[in-house]
Amino acid sequence: MSVNDLFKQELKVVNLGLKSFHNDLKSQGVTVVQVNWKPKAGGKKNMLDLLSKINKVKKS
Amino acid sequence: MTLHTSIKRNAYYDSVTLMLLSRELQKLEGVEDVLVGMGTDLNLDLARDLGLATSEFETLTPNDLFIAAKIDEALTSMKAIEAAFNEYLNKSAELDGNDDYQPPSLRSAIQDLPGANMVLVSVPGQYAAAEVEDALDAGLHVMLFSDNVSVEDELRLKQKAVEKGLLMMGPDCGTAIINGKPLCFANAVRRGRIGVVGASGTGTQEVTVQIHKLGEGLSQVIGTGGRDLKEQIGGLMMIQGFESLIADPETDLIVLISKPPAPSMAEKIYRIAKTSPKPVVIDFIGGDRTAIEAAGAIACISLEDAAQKAVKVLRGQEYADFTGFSLPEDEIDQIVEDAVARLKSDQTELRALFTGGTLADEAMKLLGVHHNIYSNIPLSPEMAIENLPSGRGHICLDLGEDQFTRGRPHPMIDPQTRTEFFRSHVDGQTAVILVDVVLGFGSYNDPAGAVVASVREIRQRLSRQSKDVVVIASVCGTELDNQDLNKSIATLQAEGILVMPSNAQAVRLTDKVMQRIKKGV
Amino acid sequence: MIELIETANKEALEIIQNGQPTLIGLGVAGDVIPGMAKDLFLHAGPPITWEKMSGPLRGGVMAGLMYEGLAATPEEAAEYAASGKLRFDPCHHHDAVGPMAGIVTSRMPVWIIENKAYGNRAYCTLNEGLGKVLRMGAYGPEVIKHLQWMEKVLYPVLKETIEIHGPIDLKIMIAQAVQMGDEVHNRNKAATSLLIREIAPSILKTSFSNEEKIVVLEFLNSNDHTFLNLSMPAAKATLEPAGKVKHSTIVYTMARNGTEFGIRVAGLGARWFTAPAEIIDGLYFPGFSMQDANPDVGDSCITETLGIGGFSMATAPAIVQFVGGTPKDAVRYTTSMYEITTEESRAYKLPPMNFRGAPTGIDIRKVIETQVLPVINTGIAHKEAGVGQVGAGIVHPPMVCFEQALEAFVNLLEDEGLLEE
Repeated sequence: MSVNDLFKQELKVVNLGLKSFHNDLKSQGVTVVQVNWKPKAGGKKNMLDLLSKINKVKKS
Repeated sequence: MTLHTSIKRNAYYDSVTLMLLSRELQKLEGVEDVLVGMGTDLNLDLARDLGLATSEFETLTPNDLFIAAKIDEALTSMKAIEAAFNEYLNKSAELDGNDDYQPPSLRSAIQDLPGANMVLVSVPGQYAAAEVEDALDAGLHVMLFSDNVSVEDELRLKQKAVEKGLLMMGPDCGTAIINGKPLCFANAVRRGRIGVVGASGTGTQEVTVQIHKLGEGLSQVIGTGGRDLKEQIGGLMMIQGFESLIADPETDLIVLISKPPAPSMAEKIYRIAKTSPKPVVIDFIGGDRTAIEAAGAIACISLEDAAQKAVKVLRGQEYADFTGFSLPEDEIDQIVEDAVARLKSDQTELRALFTGGTLADEAMKLLGVHHNIYSNIPLSPEMAIENLPSGRGHICLDLGEDQFTRGRPHPMIDPQTRTEFFRSHVDGQTAVILVDVVLGFGSYNDPAGAVVASVREIRQRLSRQSKDVVVIASVCGTELDNQDLNKSIATLQAEGILVMPSNAQAVRLTDKVMQRIKKGV
Repeated sequence: MIELIETANKEALEIIQNGQPTLIGLGVAGDVIPGMAKDLFLHAGPPITWEKMSGPLRGGVMAGLMYEGLAATPEEAAEYAASGKLRFDPCHHHDAVGPMAGIVTSRMPVWIIENKAYGNRAYCTLNEGLGKVLRMGAYGPEVIKHLQWMEKVLYPVLKETIEIHGPIDLKIMIAQAVQMGDEVHNRNKAATSLLIREIAPSILKTSFSNEEKIVVLEFLNSNDHTFLNLSMPAAKATLEPAGKVKHSTIVYTMARNGTEFGIRVAGLGARWFTAPAEIIDGLYFPGFSMQDANPDVGDSCITETLGIGGFSMATAPAIVQFVGGTPKDAVRYTTSMYEITTEESRAYKLPPMNFRGAPTGIDIRKVIETQVLPVINTGIAHKEAGVGQVGAGIVHPPMVCFEQALEAFVNLLEDEGLLEE
């Protein structure tokens, strides 16, 4: 979906981060979802490594 | 006084909420000092610097929330502080009126929101790139407000975005208006036929506000992030935005705003401008106009000028550089005389305190030519603010720069920083104070009120020396903004502040006042 | 595409969705529970030794010893338990589950549940009711007396009742109950009512005296949680066959022994991943506080493991007040459980979620990625044996259990040479 396509659509936003941005959009009637964001795997490096290893399972 | 640390494991709250919360808890009786933050190295250092660290700090990880406090146990307790903490959070949750479910990740949010087309990312920089990548992979456009994203990541992500025909606005992109909806820091402006691509947040805000004032409107306002036109990034988003506006049937004229790009970058832009069927106004702030004009585009001397020219060209009218004022010249001269008459002979210095980076830049470009101005964004290295320990000289500060926002919200969100600088940097030798007052989404709910409170304080202080001070301001906003342009102007004028219709005019007036002071009686 | 794991998980979910837990009768633990013996006591949660047991478990063991006639006094019982003459094993290792302390001894009567889809069985003792009970670690004479009454009166009546009635489909009963405000862990009122309604005529048809029939009906009726001791083995029977699916990241057991919380993952077989059980930050009855609480205990979170219990909190708004929240909170909790599970239950549909199926099939990868932990509704026991329940609240398994499991899972894949370099 290109930039010019975006211009023709209704803006639907996913907000990761500052709640105030979500609230401002909501007050303007924009469809917006606030993500209850946490760093992936709690930001723990060893867990991120394990998860990415799992993604490298050989195809049979 | 005793030190206490309270820890919430594996919690997460956004930085602005926590900073504002710290401020609220500071007000509690019996609290000498308190800091609330996530257990990042930055915050732990900050806490240590403030003398708030305890042995529990060893156990903190970046996923833990800590409340570190120095309290008088006769007057309060950690329990009371925790209760206040929870109350504050509940209150803001109520004010949010946000009962809606908040999915825990981008992936689940996209599942929950069919037709999602834009992701707004303002998480800490070290995590932002991964989220942007996921968003682009899912085919969504991105506005990346976070900074502290590496150049390598920015390039890689923008290349991916361009490949997929998506927007990746940022990093450090604070302003955009897509399909008429303001994103992050932006003003409520009418919809219209002028499209803007801007690498500068408040610069973009000023241009959109001026266009609105002149009766025209905005089709799309695309941000690119401050680094887009650097050599390493190659203007990828500027070009992407530019081309999409050329192709946009709702856009009849295009304005480009940025600090002067590297010549090779500028070349790319000019090449597109040359073949553009729509008129192009280019404000490379302080940049080379001959090259711009050679490309068939229209050059500008200020953000206001860019707006004025855009409107005139759209209407098929004649245009010229706007170097003067809205008010007649003689009225301006009178204002200058009256202003200087209020000052004593030892009042000679400028204190320009800006919350908007580009507005500060515009001020520096104009004033720095005629006067020696020390700054944290100096025109040359010897004028860096560090070289003025005595404080005796002209000062212009961009209070939104990193050095002033360490552990504090941006001054556009919270006026506290500027309030403190008014106190510390204005004294009996200050002649003129210059400020920007930025309204709109994302900004504090009463920036004019905050400035007025500070000016009142200053006037009180200076009246003890039988002195007064000249205060000049411009308001970047519209009558549609929550903070209401007209109300803000009235508030400022009631306090005797000289309000000009644009940053450029406010700067020019400041220059006139400073020249007049130089000339003497 | 991580096909290997996705395929395994699909298989595990198919097994879970197909489960047909059915009450087929009652028996005596020593006769029907595999591996049961006079010198073996089963308990809730992962493996534990007498030395490490908390108050409720110790009290339950002591009560069990006196009930079995192996000790005459609590002091003797404690000595016996510490002597090494008694063996301990998790209920889970013997196809059984037990609420709170979950102590099972040979003489105890148990419900027998069969998963008609795969033939495996699960067992659970009959719920003693409220007050001073063995599952809370009480060991006074009234506890023993009550257990003896259950063995001599309750059990025979119910055994004949089911023989007369025939098997009872628990899947359907649970499916109905969750549409009547139950989540069949902390809220069992509707399910217990459905059960009594179902078996009442058969009770009347048994060969026992009117007095016995009356006292049995009154007992069942006096205890809203009668059905808990059926929903638990129903969940156990449904999940157990999934525990054999290789390379699956689906959790098929969650359980606590009052000292540690343990989980088991399908692709990791019978291995337990444990961490210290948490003290629940919940709503305490007047006069009690967190200082009095025992750490989390019981096999009852086998219901959450299946997607009912706390996972279906949205469908049981009545208990949220009890655990200190609002109905909106309940919906939020259930909604967030979809983030860490794999499919929606085909059997258990939740009206307040627009009849979405309960969130089923906890995936350890999703738990770690989203940092969303399974939610468990639980009662809180006093840390001293026999005082009883002191509150209720919401608790989560420790994240570290899932992290250890993920690490073990990846190591397994590496050992099997299934990871690309």
